[in-house]
Amino acid sequence: MTETALPSSAHRATANKAGRILIWSLLLIGSIIMLLPLAWMILTSLKTFPETLADPPLWLPAHFQWHNYIEAIRGFQFSRYFANSATVTLGCIAGTLVSASLSAYALVVYKVRGKNLIFGLLMATLMLPAQVTVIPLFRLYASLHWINTFRPLIVPSWLGSDVFAIFLLRQFFLLIPRDYIEAARIDGASEFRILTTIFVPLAKPALLTIAVFTFIGTWNDLWNPLLYLYDEKLYTLPLGLMQFIGIAAGAQGAPWQLVMAIATIMMIPVVIVFFLAQKRFIEGISAVGVKG
Amino acid sequence: MNLPNTQSPDSSLTNSAAISAVALPDALSEPIAFQRVRRKWHDTDTARFWFMMTPALLGFIIFAAGPMLTSLYLSFTKYDVLSSPQWIGISNYTYLLRHDPAFWPSVKVTAIFAGCSVPLLLLIALSIAILLNQDFFARNIFRTIFFLPALLPAAASAVVWVWIFDPTRGLLNHALALVGIAGPAWMHSTTWALPALIIISLWGFGRAMVIFLAGLQEVPRQLYEAAQIDGAGPLHRFYHVTLPMISPVLFFNLVIGIIDALKAFDLAFVSSTSASVGAGGPARATLLYTLNLYQKSFQYFHMGLGSAMAWLLFLVILLLTAINFALEKRWVHTS
Repeated sequence: MTETALPSSAHRATANKAGRILIWSLLLIGSIIMLLPLAWMILTSLKTFPETLADPPLWLPAHFQWHNYIEAIRGFQFSRYFANSATVTLGCIAGTLVSASLSAYALVVYKVRGKNLIFGLLMATLMLPAQVTVIPLFRLYASLHWINTFRPLIVPSWLGSDVFAIFLLRQFFLLIPRDYIEAARIDGASEFRILTTIFVPLAKPALLTIAVFTFIGTWNDLWNPLLYLYDEKLYTLPLGLMQFIGIAAGAQGAPWQLVMAIATIMMIPVVIVFFLAQKRFIEGISAVGVKG
Repeated sequence: MNLPNTQSPDSSLTNSAAISAVALPDALSEPIAFQRVRRKWHDTDTARFWFMMTPALLGFIIFAAGPMLTSLYLSFTKYDVLSSPQWIGISNYTYLLRHDPAFWPSVKVTAIFAGCSVPLLLLIALSIAILLNQDFFARNIFRTIFFLPALLPAAASAVVWVWIFDPTRGLLNHALALVGIAGPAWMHSTTWALPALIIISLWGFGRAMVIFLAGLQEVPRQLYEAAQIDGAGPLHRFYHVTLPMISPVLFFNLVIGIIDALKAFDLAFVSSTSASVGAGGPARATLLYTLNLYQKSFQYFHMGLGSAMAWLLFLVILLLTAINFALEKRWVHTS
């Protein structure tokens, strides 16, 4: 809107400039509010315990207590929880990519009666709250002796449980010219070969977007680990953090500097992935919101 | 998205010779395929389709449709995991609606949470998106800052917020004290725990904002120019150009926002636990519906009751979504 100002009108140009400064200051204040909790988290993680309780609160510690991080990592079985989180996350990413590719390919390439009905049914599960299916699933996993394993967290992703991924990939596959398929078939390529050598390489951006979304969703997930993991050795990071707080809060005064150190470490992979794949996020989210 | 566009004549020149040599026009390739020697059954589109859809269809049956129907059945039973379910008719539902001390409080908490959090979140997301839709210095940095918190693990961010809301050591009450306000006990107060939870949830408006931003970028510039020539001021342009043009996106955010708010769990669970007031506490002040459902099912193992709660939630979500879609025609502008 601001660019549409007519250059001839000097008055309007000044008004625009003032407006721009106003918007800019509003956004600056807004972003300070957004970042304040994160800044406070990191600063608290670098304080001594008495410093965390100082009244009035201290912004900066006398010395940055970097060893808080070492202490938090040691005391908290961090490496184990981290490895568990990583295992589950990688398992889900692989499963989602494979199962979504197969389904999206089938939904795009073949002309079959009832295809749209099936796509519609799959999409309808997006509306289904996890709470509706959780009790029968718990029952199922218990009967399979899957409680206290990573299977309830990973196996569904291999069976296309991420309908959003199927949707996103389908939209992308639809853009691939059908001539490619016909040509490859005449050359004697199998369907699987067409999928892996033509569709997958062309759809790399969409697959990356899906991998990033799956990463964030699984890494942050508290609900599923909370339901299915009871053995402390299997805890993922969010569950480990909950446990740590529970124990710490039971004693007199939680060691907030350590809690904040763990929270910071937990956020780091998300922040890294976010900065590496910012464009993917925005494209992925907008694709669903605008064209969905 | 950046696929090579082979439909246009000039880009087809860049294709490999092999592909362009065999790529026949649709009109030609169809009859040839039709006349081909009868293929084996596993070579047909139908067989291939069902083969490739098998994982997703199994998943649909095992993880969605099956459990959904089973939970409907379980909602009419008494079930505690250890012994097999016993049919008790609609007792679970009548118990919940009439006698359960936690049911209506949790409905009320959830209604207040969704009723405050969804409109506020959409309002903030839309306002920031409109500001960010202008062209100015460091726009992408601002977008990043506003978006990032939406992606952070709820467990970790809840912990940080509880520390900020701490009644005596917290940053917020100290800031309020500076302007002469005695801050409440927040997560420890039956009155202020829910508002605290709503404030925490607003921090994640970034996802809705990105969707608004994408919608705003699709509004044709000429419309604004035309409106400006007609002498429409900024407010006028917002009501008559922006709002109608982005109404489908607003609708989408509204539907998703309501569903997400009714499903919210992590924030309330972690924040009430880490404020050591007990999950859903104090005195059920933050006992969201899903938290109540979780406690009934997985702490007291009243899984029949839990299933009944799950189905009531599902029906409410369906009803609200249906209402949204029914009202859609009244205010959503379709081109």
